[in-house]
Amino acid sequence: MPASLLPDTTIINTNARISYVLYLADNALILGHRNSEWCGHGPALEQDIALSNIALDLLGQARHLYQYAAELYNQLNPSAPVTEDHLAYLRDVRDFRNCLLAEQPNGHWGQTVLRQFFFSCWQYYFYQQLQHSNDTQLQAIAIKSLKEVTYHLRWSSEWVIRLGDGTAESKTRMQQAAADLWPYTHELFQPAAFEQEAVSAGYGVTPGSIEKDCLGRIQHIFSEATLSVPVTQPGLHSGGKTGVHTEHLGFILAEMQFLQRAYPGSEW
Amino acid sequence: MTTSPQPLTTANIWQVLETVHDPEIPVLSVIDLGIVREVTVQQNEVHITITPTYSGCPAVDAIRMHIRLALLQQGIHDIHIHTSLSPAWTTEWLTEAGKNKLKSYGIAPPLHLQQVCSPDAFQREEAVPCPRCNSHNTHMISRFGATACKALYQCNDCHEPFDYFKCH
Repeated sequence: MPASLLPDTTIINTNARISYVLYLADNALILGHRNSEWCGHGPALEQDIALSNIALDLLGQARHLYQYAAELYNQLNPSAPVTEDHLAYLRDVRDFRNCLLAEQPNGHWGQTVLRQFFFSCWQYYFYQQLQHSNDTQLQAIAIKSLKEVTYHLRWSSEWVIRLGDGTAESKTRMQQAAADLWPYTHELFQPAAFEQEAVSAGYGVTPGSIEKDCLGRIQHIFSEATLSVPVTQPGLHSGGKTGVHTEHLGFILAEMQFLQRAYPGSEW
Repeated sequence: MTTSPQPLTTANIWQVLETVHDPEIPVLSVIDLGIVREVTVQQNEVHITITPTYSGCPAVDAIRMHIRLALLQQGIHDIHIHTSLSPAWTTEWLTEAGKNKLKSYGIAPPLHLQQVCSPDAFQREEAVPCPRCNSHNTHMISRFGATACKALYQCNDCHEPFDYFKCH
């Protein structure tokens, strides 16, 4: 990263394609960061490694997306070019577009795997659709990422089943985790303005179009796990896509962005 | 002492690439891995297109640097390394030579036809042959291994744990 350079949020906010790519990038980065918090704290070495590997996959996906967003940004603003790092490290809370689900705290192991399951389930059907994007770079990222997400979905599904259909204690905890996280899943299927533009221009996915498949898979896995799918009630949370986040995101950014804020332009 | 400059050919470049190894699986060259997609030479300008195995594979950055260093050592300076995501890398791109090297290194190479590439939970595991004793009586210990591309298995006969290139 060359000099300290804050990306121009006006350029980002007024360009649907950049906003769209950043939405996907922020999702992957923030959940990747959350998962990486488990590194060294997993309940067993194999699962510590599993979650770190999933974090790494998400970080890799985020990098491809940030690099692409930077490329789009620089075409519009060649006089002050940015890199992937500027977009990850020098945007503030209100500029992040990730879904609220991704930023929710890790809680216990069951909560973490359930958050991963909900997210992977969404990502799986989302990337399946994005493979048909008329934007060749988004298409390439989707095809590449889908292989990794398939693996995440399988791993997290098995953990949901194992814990839901486990002991009385693990089942109670999973049912509670489901109740806690469920209100954050709804937002993924509600289109933001930049998504509507993305759909009409042919490079994006209609969020609502994958809801039925997602719900179907959640129902299937929950029934295997002897868990009941929470009832959708009013008061669902949303706002992540437009930058209105829960209180947790600020703390993540404080940790993640500290170095670049304190020592602008520093590199490994 | 000076050597007379020889015209660069793509064949020269492929030869140099043969000497660049994956830092995480040093027994494999970048050619064995199947990540070099294209090499072109225009006068003294070399263009190499590589593709990552996994999106977050940390070895890719190192590989890019090692390719550059290997070419610099041959006196080639005008090097352009491009990354291409599409078509996406698959374990099928590992060369046969690469698969044999993996096996003798103690890593089970990907099976010819990988069967468990779906998201469905608790599927029957593939019978991955043990790279040491060739027994198919093995079981998976962990879906994720030491690097993004591997899972961890153990042989039920010789009891040796081993890595397997996971379905991708």
